[in-house]
Amino acid sequence: MNKQMDNVAADAGIRGGVHLSQRHDSAHKHVTGLAEYTDDIPEPAGTLHAYLGLSDRAHAEIVSIDFDAVRAAPGVVGVLTAADVPGSNDISPVGKHDDPLFAEGKVEFHGQQMFAVIAETRDQARRAAKLAKVEYRDLPFVTDVAEAVSADYPYVTDPLKLERGEVEPAMAAAPRRLKGAMRVGGQDHFYLEGHIAFAFPGEDDEVTVYSSTQHPSEVQHMVAHVLGVPSNAVTIIVRRMGGGFGGKETQPNIFASITALAAKKYHRAVKLRPDRDDDMVATGKRHDFLNEYEVGFDEDGRVLAVDGVFAARCGFSADLSGAVTDRALFHADNSYYYPAVRLVSRPMKTNTVSNTAFRGFGGPQGLIIAERIMEEIAYALGKDPLEVRRVNFYGDGERNVTPYHQTVTDCIIERVVDELVESADYQARRQAVLDWNAKGGVIRKGIAISTVKFGISFTATWYNQAGALVHVYSDGSVHLNHGGTEMGQGLFTKVAQVVADVFQIDLDRVKITATTTAKVPNTSATAASSGSDLNGMAAENAAQQIKDRLIDFAAEKYSVDREQVVFQPNAVLIGNRRVSFDDFIKEAYIARVHLSAAGFYKTPDIHWDRAAGKGRPFYYFAYGAACSEVSVDTLTGEYVVDRADVLHDVGRSLNPAVDKGQVEGAFVQGMGWLTTEELWWDDKGRLRTHAPSTYKIPLAGDRPAIFNVKLAEWSVNKEPTIRRSKAVGEPPFMLPISVLEALSMAVASVADYRECPRLDAPATPERVLKAIDRLGGREA
Amino acid sequence: MTAVRNEIRFLLNDREERLSAIRSSDNLLDHLRLSRRLRGTKEGCAEGDCGACTVLVGRRVGEGLVYEPVNACIRLMGSLDLTHVVTVEHLAGANGELHPVQQALVDHHGSQCGFCTPGFVMSLYGLWMRNSRPSVAEIEEALQGNLCRCTGYQPIIEAARSIEGSPAEDKLAAERADVLARLAAMDDGARVEIRTGEDEVIVPASVDDLAEVLASRPKATVVAGSTDVGLWITKLMRNISPAVFIAHLSGLKGVEVTPEGVTIGAGVSYDEFQSVLDAEFPHLSEYWRRIGGWQVRAMGTVGGNVANGSPIGDTPPALIALGATVTLRKGAERRTLPLEAYFIAYGKQDREPGEFVEALHVPKPAAGSLDAAYKVSKRREEDISAVACGFHVELDGNRVKVARLAYGGMAATPKRAAAAEAALIGRPWALDTVAAAEAAIVQDFQPLSDWRASAGYRARVAANLLRRFYLETAGETVRLVRETA
Repeated sequence: MNKQMDNVAADAGIRGGVHLSQRHDSAHKHVTGLAEYTDDIPEPAGTLHAYLGLSDRAHAEIVSIDFDAVRAAPGVVGVLTAADVPGSNDISPVGKHDDPLFAEGKVEFHGQQMFAVIAETRDQARRAAKLAKVEYRDLPFVTDVAEAVSADYPYVTDPLKLERGEVEPAMAAAPRRLKGAMRVGGQDHFYLEGHIAFAFPGEDDEVTVYSSTQHPSEVQHMVAHVLGVPSNAVTIIVRRMGGGFGGKETQPNIFASITALAAKKYHRAVKLRPDRDDDMVATGKRHDFLNEYEVGFDEDGRVLAVDGVFAARCGFSADLSGAVTDRALFHADNSYYYPAVRLVSRPMKTNTVSNTAFRGFGGPQGLIIAERIMEEIAYALGKDPLEVRRVNFYGDGERNVTPYHQTVTDCIIERVVDELVESADYQARRQAVLDWNAKGGVIRKGIAISTVKFGISFTATWYNQAGALVHVYSDGSVHLNHGGTEMGQGLFTKVAQVVADVFQIDLDRVKITATTTAKVPNTSATAASSGSDLNGMAAENAAQQIKDRLIDFAAEKYSVDREQVVFQPNAVLIGNRRVSFDDFIKEAYIARVHLSAAGFYKTPDIHWDRAAGKGRPFYYFAYGAACSEVSVDTLTGEYVVDRADVLHDVGRSLNPAVDKGQVEGAFVQGMGWLTTEELWWDDKGRLRTHAPSTYKIPLAGDRPAIFNVKLAEWSVNKEPTIRRSKAVGEPPFMLPISVLEALSMAVASVADYRECPRLDAPATPERVLKAIDRLGGREA
Repeated sequence: MTAVRNEIRFLLNDREERLSAIRSSDNLLDHLRLSRRLRGTKEGCAEGDCGACTVLVGRRVGEGLVYEPVNACIRLMGSLDLTHVVTVEHLAGANGELHPVQQALVDHHGSQCGFCTPGFVMSLYGLWMRNSRPSVAEIEEALQGNLCRCTGYQPIIEAARSIEGSPAEDKLAAERADVLARLAAMDDGARVEIRTGEDEVIVPASVDDLAEVLASRPKATVVAGSTDVGLWITKLMRNISPAVFIAHLSGLKGVEVTPEGVTIGAGVSYDEFQSVLDAEFPHLSEYWRRIGGWQVRAMGTVGGNVANGSPIGDTPPALIALGATVTLRKGAERRTLPLEAYFIAYGKQDREPGEFVEALHVPKPAAGSLDAAYKVSKRREEDISAVACGFHVELDGNRVKVARLAYGGMAATPKRAAAAEAALIGRPWALDTVAAAEAAIVQDFQPLSDWRASAGYRARVAANLLRRFYLETAGETVRLVRETA
């Protein structure tokens, strides 16, 4: 990959500079088992273990809890409830006070934490937690989003409306109209490393917590809030997570707060790691949605008006549901221009775990409706869905305003799709699929192209800031710290590449260090795909400050112009004098140059007026397209993904290997969301798919049998982002919508493509077979 | 009288372990992470489904050593007597240089968050030692029990395709003679009995000794592969004492092939049976490879899958269709009954206290018979069946003479479809006959709805699989094929 770039950089000289395929900084530790995760940190003598006591009612008053048997169990040191919280018993990340650390008086979902048991061993704490005798008074409950809508359940947060143009007249005037609905399932993050926190008590009011979190600053503030101490008493540290995907943005607050509380109370180190089943029951997931849409269009398939309502299962509290449902609306247009549009969100309360961030953050659940609308129109008109997509792409200079009134100025979707159509040989393969299906038979095929346009920036504008701390030690080695967290995405590697590039030193001279609130304060979550954009810039800023001081120093000392101080690979050229970087740094140190700097960055030019539904919430967009082909067994609904071709835009990649890994991983994770990953609640409101035995994420044998993933190497971010790269974490997650629509096509073949099968997600074999039967594919 | 010792003995990487204080529910993962502080092996799910805790366990087979991937989270300590446990810490070279398997994963960007990676390393190591140039399909099969949430697997597959080095010169090969000698030296032929308070671990010395042990402890939990029992402990926190560990018993490991059929000892793992099955019952080849993941197939036994009586076990439908019988033993007494008769009701089998499943006998299908087995699950591999079935039809001319249609997931036990069979017998093997049999399925079963499938889907699929069977015998293309690049 990127041979040309490799050569350019090789000529330039440093090892591991920007735009190079550089291995993950921890790869050698991953494969040897030496990479340290929170559960691997050596425990000091006397370490205690906490375990959660969870409700087994979906909605009930807590009449009483008898802890006698718990306290009497072997090894138990104590039980913590809301009464033990010295500060606030609330961990709502958005200040709504609707998210108790320990349930008080009532429980609002099955699996809500009511208390914690502290014991000498984890096994003892876990066993004892089962011994509490809880008396409940049951209350009516709703778990399903459609039921919540019909039962007039409240919103957990304010809904959003986006509107542009006059929808009613445009709809009325449209030559063709159709209405539809689609259920889009939720998703468990299934990070391989479950939640965990490990707290160490300090002096006075101090506490240090090792937390598997994407958002150390929020955990810090929340722990402080729970303990009733200022934030300066709390330090959060995270070297790496074993996966996050959004699941460790707000949810770690539960675990960190409880361990901190126990550590202060018992003056001992305290660890809390729930079993996988409890992790999956007690922590939030991707929101599932019930989306209803009406679209007006013309005979060419051009959209004239869209009216959509997006209802989400938010769970019992707000958590991040406001921003998640907002982002669903922001992506309900995807790559397509809607001349008149109205989009409304319904963030529904339900008696389920409070749903939270997950890669795409509501975007996928909105974006999928744009793709479904294209399919609907294509079936209605008997066209190739690709043709419909093409006539609706955002234009250049016209037809380029989004439903939130931001003008799209960087649209490259046509070029991306054109190249993909070519490289995937779409037209010929589509014909082959049609020919195959025309023969009849049990096995049917489908092929589809779907597109992605994803907005980059936190829609909460103030989150678009970042800090970094860079030290150059007197031996020339560099210490790098920033507010971003490493969850596997390669952020640390990318940011280190930037710093290495600024100083023109080999990458292995840059030490990547654990994220901690004590070094860089008030950071944003490593989320919204923003990690490299924000932290890369902040780190570059820090490194550049030091570099500027070094240039000043050299210019003055050797009486040359600043321009004559040039950082070359592992050396500095000062006039005609060339010194090694390390010697130069030594000189600078002796001369008392300040070799440490705090860097800062805030994204320019973005603004958002939520009340008006207008602004520029996104700094830029990332684009991509995928072509997927599937085979479906019409007797069982089982399927295989035969091939997927992806062309994805990451701007000018900081690290093509890491970015390609993100695209491949996102594709397969997105496939899981749309195919086999099903959250299933029973009639008592219990989530019954809460472990890998029941919740089925993709395996190696589920990835596309032929899987061609390419980066759009020609793409350069129009905005001055870090080295003109683009964010990569979330956008490719939506590419496998092409798999869902390919499945739809295979299903549609049983009724000669006359009808859009309206396959809901996840398209389990059962849903596929039901769709086949609904279309009358086979006599009963 | 069998000699008794009060400790288990095994090798952990280079080190010899002698443990006299283990309990019946102690698992290998906790031993590694908590007692030995070997923290390269990770806990992802504690139920044998994610593979993050994969280690290799070597045991003597004949003159050699066989290493199998296992899930340390559900591998119980009592089952480790006289084995060699190999963890990820054992792979790196003397100067810390990476093993070729590790190097390939690094070179191909095969890790992102890295938490699953040690498990992948160990599964790929196990594969590479057996097959250093595997196909993509073979790699995928070896990785069915390893979940990765970051990479989409593509770079891991690419890494597995390009592992360098020679297994014959590998560390485990180099130390094989030494390991064999050390294991042999530990083997005193004794029964292991370890009591801690009321907890009891027993590792019988032989099958006869097992019979004796169970006679005196009729309520003991018999543990073979622990792919089910392991979850009773990790998920239900159930007490399984006294626990009797049998997976090592060579007397239960026999596979005897005769012209009449195949007799399988109850301790034969799915994996060990695969090659015989491929030769003798080729229609089960693909089906068998969809049972669990490799770790589960290496640990789990056919006998255990039958013995525990689960309505969703994958082997009973396939074996019932073939007319298999099961031999139970109590003390010196044995009795043999048709496998289908063994399953009485949910959670109830025709097995008396103190009695154990000793062997299964699977007759060779009659010449010209039609045989198939199908499994439908939400995810194609490493999933529990929504519906599983085994079909066996013998024709006289074009008329159906014998029909055995056995289903799992459709009732409280694995069960034959009596009404559907009756609809076939004596009738021509033709589409309308099969359609009538499909319609009869509703009389045979009232399946349940759960998270794996609705009742309606189960019923529909049960009928459709019979249709698939017919169409397949008629030469139509009815199976999905995954063709990798």
